[in-house]
Amino acid sequence: MTQAEQASEDGQAREPGGAAGGHIGPNLLERAGSPVGPESQISLSADRLRELYETMVLIRLFEEETERQYKKAQIGGYCHISSGQEAVAVGALEPLEHDDVLITAYRCHHLALARGVSPESVMAELFGRAEGCAGGRGGSMHLADPTRGYLGGWGIVAGHVPLATGAAFTFAQTDEPHAVLCELGEGAVNEGAWHEALNLAGLYGLPVVYLVENNMYGMGTSVHMASAEPEVWKRAAGFDMHAERVDGQDVEEVMEASDRLLRRAREERRPALLECVTYRFRGHSVADAGTSYRTEEEIEEWKGKDPIPRFGQTLLDRGIFESDEELDEVRERMDARVQEAVEFAENADLPELDSLARHVYGDEHAAEQFTRMAPGSPFGERELVLEKELGNG
Amino acid sequence: MDEAATDTETTSGGEDQTHAVDELERGEEPGREELDEQHEYETEEITYREALRRALREELLRDERVFLIGEEIGIFEGSYKVTAGLLDEFGTKRIREAPISEEGFTGLANGAAMTGLRPIVEIMTINFILMAMDQVVNHTAKVRYMFSGQVGCPMVIRTPNGAGNQLTAQHSQNLEGWFAHVPGLKVVTPATPADAKGLLKAAIRDEDPVLVVENLPSYNLKGEVSQDPDYVTPIGEAKVTREGDDITLIGHSMAAHRSLQVAEQLEEEEISVEVIDLRSLRPLDMETVARSLAKTNRALCVDEGWATYGVSAELCARIQDACFDDLDAPIGRVGMAEVPMAYAKNLENATLPHVKKVRAAALAVLGEETDPEEWRAG
Ligand SMILES: Cc1ncc(C[n+]2csc(CCOP(=O)(O)OP(=O)(O)O)c2C)c(N)n1
Ligand SMILES: [Mg+2]
Repeated sequence: MTQAEQASEDGQAREPGGAAGGHIGPNLLERAGSPVGPESQISLSADRLRELYETMVLIRLFEEETERQYKKAQIGGYCHISSGQEAVAVGALEPLEHDDVLITAYRCHHLALARGVSPESVMAELFGRAEGCAGGRGGSMHLADPTRGYLGGWGIVAGHVPLATGAAFTFAQTDEPHAVLCELGEGAVNEGAWHEALNLAGLYGLPVVYLVENNMYGMGTSVHMASAEPEVWKRAAGFDMHAERVDGQDVEEVMEASDRLLRRAREERRPALLECVTYRFRGHSVADAGTSYRTEEEIEEWKGKDPIPRFGQTLLDRGIFESDEELDEVRERMDARVQEAVEFAENADLPELDSLARHVYGDEHAAEQFTRMAPGSPFGERELVLEKELGNG
Repeated sequence: MDEAATDTETTSGGEDQTHAVDELERGEEPGREELDEQHEYETEEITYREALRRALREELLRDERVFLIGEEIGIFEGSYKVTAGLLDEFGTKRIREAPISEEGFTGLANGAAMTGLRPIVEIMTINFILMAMDQVVNHTAKVRYMFSGQVGCPMVIRTPNGAGNQLTAQHSQNLEGWFAHVPGLKVVTPATPADAKGLLKAAIRDEDPVLVVENLPSYNLKGEVSQDPDYVTPIGEAKVTREGDDITLIGHSMAAHRSLQVAEQLEEEEISVEVIDLRSLRPLDMETVARSLAKTNRALCVDEGWATYGVSAELCARIQDACFDDLDAPIGRVGMAEVPMAYAKNLENATLPHVKKVRAAALAVLGEETDPEEWRAG
């Protein structure tokens, strides 16, 4: 019996849905949900638009280098590449203000870079170095930069959604005019934590925008196979929350919606869900070829919607870039940035061994704990008791 | 280093690996009748992963109430490829792909088990079982007792523990002790391919809920496994995996392997080490432990996770209770450093209860001091 024949047997929808039942073309791109909120006031200078393009190119080249460095074993652990999703990160984060908060899932290289974390400190983190943006303790999934309001990438699917809701709660409670942007994958919306958090945000009127990067798959499971209602934006209705879907391959469309909804969150204290339809060009992680559950044709079709050449063309059409050579020049410059980042990471120091127990607690004395830890006496009680209680002789 | 990096099985923990399962290992597989016809069963050298896969397949063939549910177990063939080929053979009704909603599908399995089915839940790694903790502790474990035995909950939850691939703080935990704390649950922790098959089959046939904690770094480990479709490893029996006279090392899962490595090293120094693989945490086989300590008189409890409030803590208490008069030295205990797991390789190495550290702990029980500078870094 083929898998398609089994579909009727158990009622589990398998069509459409990746390798199992056909393919998911970029046909979900239409906007949905009527725009609300104060009009987007974002109007970028030509210089700034060029910079957004540069950041998108930087992210793509950074990710390509990341894969190479992983294969060279400079990077370990789980490593999730964001290629294809640059427009979501760059567009949605552009309207973030200095005091706003960003919290994300584990696929976060693009988000950290779009938030302005330097390529050096992101690459150093991937290399597990002390100069990395998480001090070498976090790695690929747990990038962070609290100085930029980036409170981390998190690895338990949907586990961070309540955290973001809590950060918005702080803003509401202390009457601060800021908002939270909470990035998550479409796979996260079936977890209880997501439902509970969105209900709370709706109930308490919290200034948070849930940014769903719908890249059509959670690991090897397509959105159609995972969600009874695969149109993620519709699911906010259950919390009486405003939601919109936009073309996540169009950086300006994402930016405009994100600006409106963040403004509304800051000014009116109302949460919203922004679904960006996008696609990951690579596998779930560097260890996944990404082809066992989706077809080559599907991937190629989406590559035709690559957000980078698309935005490049837009800027050429508007005369903001004057020639293809200018685009090439951006690429070369960004490539050099990435190489500088690698060089920095290679030369950066490893975290000091004696710092191992540091930061388990805020108490700096706890840092000494590791040097005391002995087999059979995990906290070094034996020595402590002898020193403090019995004296040394 | 290039080779190591592209071998996804060693560098990445594999939550998302797509290494092909060795086709040769599977070949043409016998159906249920053919399995019944064979009378003399041979053993075969297969991986831990394949041993689990065979246990699942054989039990799916044996009992049609058995079904699998979990994330990525169908088309993706399981995050660690344990369910490879099962969707094609058994179809979507028996191999149920679930969305990322651990609490929901674990709870669903509880309800299905209470009403006559035999669910096998796959939780991708033990770190994610925390999402389903309420179901497991407040529901699964309580069904039989709360209703005075009128309803049971015969289900299996499979999930791997383990660390060592730079998977960092949220993905490197060994939490099996938490479940072994709870009356109503059984907890088994196979360390070898033979026990992986035997314990999983025993768990599926058990009338009560059993948590089968697999070991993530061991999926590629090879060993001899019986082809007998009724081969089971009884739940609640520890195994002496190496005999010795001077000290007993007691561990489970990865710690059982580390203990054996230390035993080999110490043999060169003419120290004779006995090793016990607990295999089952609840029920816990204290008889085997006590018998060993009556001979060696010294014990080191080896934990892969944090020792504090862990399996080794329980062992120490039970040993001093049952074997006090046999002991010639305080019971030793060793585990992972008491920190969340860091990403950087040097910090990770120093955090793990690596062989050098276990060796130092064993020597400490034997009254020999070591210089921490020599073993601390791992
Ligand atoms: C609670 C939990 N369950 C399972 C996993 C394993 N896992 C990691 S990523 C992932 C898929 C998530 O998909 P999605 O939310 O769409 O994000 P994407 O990877 O597409 O960015 C899964 C199942 C996890 N990390 N946490
Ligand atoms: Mg996704």
